Amino acid sequence: MSAPLPGQGIIKGLAETARNFVGSYLKEDRLVTVQYPEERVPQKEAARNFPFLVYDGDDWQKGLRCVACLICEKECPPQCIYIVKDTARKPDYTGKLQFQPKVFDIDTSVCMSCQICVEVCPFDAIKMDVEYELSTGDRFGSLLMRKAQLAKPNEYYRQIHPTEAAEVDARLGAEKSRAEAKAKAAASPKSAGCGV
Amino acid sequence: MSLTLRKPELHDSASLPDIPAPEGSGMPTYTIRSKRRADGADAGALLEVSMGPQHPSTHGVFRMDVVLDGERVVKLKPVFGYLHRNHEKIGESTTYLGSMPYTDRLDYFCSLTNNWAYALAVEKLAGLQPPPRAEYIRIITAELTRLQNHASLVGFLLQDMGAMGTPLMYAFRERERILDLFESLTGARMMCNYMRFGGCRCDLPPGWLEQASQVVNDFPRFLDELEALLSENEILLSRTQGVGVLSRELAVNASITGPMLRASGVNYDIRKVDKYGLYDRFAFRVPLGEHGDVYDRYMIRILEMRESLKILQSALQDIPEGPIMDPKAKLRGFRPKPGEVYGRIEAPKGELGFYLISDGSPQPYRYRVRPPSFINLTILEDMCLGHHVADVVIILGSVDIVMGEVDR
Repeated sequence: MSAPLPGQGIIKGLAETARNFVGSYLKEDRLVTVQYPEERVPQKEAARNFPFLVYDGDDWQKGLRCVACLICEKECPPQCIYIVKDTARKPDYTGKLQFQPKVFDIDTSVCMSCQICVEVCPFDAIKMDVEYELSTGDRFGSLLMRKAQLAKPNEYYRQIHPTEAAEVDARLGAEKSRAEAKAKAAASPKSAGCGV
Repeated sequence: MSLTLRKPELHDSASLPDIPAPEGSGMPTYTIRSKRRADGADAGALLEVSMGPQHPSTHGVFRMDVVLDGERVVKLKPVFGYLHRNHEKIGESTTYLGSMPYTDRLDYFCSLTNNWAYALAVEKLAGLQPPPRAEYIRIITAELTRLQNHASLVGFLLQDMGAMGTPLMYAFRERERILDLFESLTGARMMCNYMRFGGCRCDLPPGWLEQASQVVNDFPRFLDELEALLSENEILLSRTQGVGVLSRELAVNASITGPMLRASGVNYDIRKVDKYGLYDRFAFRVPLGEHGDVYDRYMIRILEMRESLKILQSALQDIPEGPIMDPKAKLRGFRPKPGEVYGRIEAPKGELGFYLISDGSPQPYRYRVRPPSFINLTILEDMCLGHHVADVVIILGSVDIVMGEVDR
């Protein structure tokens, strides 16, 4: 192989830069910049950010699926969930009496969006949100999400994760119809449901 | 099984001048801290520089105490620990599953391979066997991780050499497409938290394989462009060839792993040695270097990306249907039998291992990480001695460190 001319490699490299530069005006796959916030990339369906609590129906306090079983609080790796059980009970979607949380706080300044609370929840009560523009003016208070801020309707969940929500709805619907059939079969419905 | 690097003959490592003796360099120097060393060298003639922890070339919060004679390095002491966050102790106080999202944060460029290494260790401990589809998904995600890690490493290395922006931005353009794949699969771009003991968390979304094939098919164009841009560039050749030579013997003795070891000419790839996952089903070669300098380490990464593409192409074609979780796997109340285990994989940076001791409780009794970039960093002084201080930056860049993993 003959000795390359000095500077040949550099010129070859600069030709590559020029191709990319000119290409960015002509070809879409060379210009990948998204002009946020004017432009936005469409949200992925699997996207996850911080958790929220799902409720059925119109009244968030009545419809909250959470039964304060404390599993998510125990499993949360950075320990950012704080739950206090209420002594009063309320019926869940199958009509069974269940506990409910008196306090349910998630410290989103600690939360690392790992989704483990969602995976371990046996009641499909906690799901991942996709909201990402969450900046606040102070460091601690506004990032501590209370129960009222966390509660979001099932319609919202269907909207952000359609496939996943359809599965959950089908499963819960089947459980509900099973429970109703069972209640019909047994003449006297049992009054005492229990927490976990 | 190995191929040799294409190496333009411009500079030979033997043509580099010898390391001059510290005395009589004639360079005007001054001291910041005058200190008399035990070896009798007069500290007055040497310049002690503390590079980092906020230095832009140190890839995170890492500090080097460099002793310079003029421009030459005579002593270098790496100082770790600025990013220490108690990963191992946290691992011993949370459940097995609870450590999984923390492993994402070890080497935050390669969360999926970190997940895999940890899942592999726990699966050995609990006797779980992921189904073939899960193994294929793991291989696909791990090789995609390797692509984006090596691509961004090359970008950062060139950034360190003074090629401001261009190679890094080209690399990040490709990396972004891979991260988009990760996001549509796992929900997060970087902190994927995807693998579970006995399989994967969720199945591939519809259309994902086609998107991934598209990315894989487009990747060679990027590699060709990157090579045209860089591999024959005279500045890059003279900056990297013969710089930071790591001998074969030292590399083996210092337990260096990964591309750094292979750049020194040692044929050792855990994908071939252990055949974990289903890597024995794939035909790929292990590129080897012969000089062990920064150029070989750069070139190894380019060649490894090409080999990863081969694995990806056949994996994306052959991926079987089926379940993605071992039916024996338990999410809640996971308590493996007492025992100890070491699980390791070939992460993009080297051998990533997790050593676990179980006492039958929900938490591991001992949880230890063997991070590749930490151990690869320990021989930094041996590679840097006698080189210019500007070369220290490149040598450090060629080690491929992520401080999240070095300090844990």
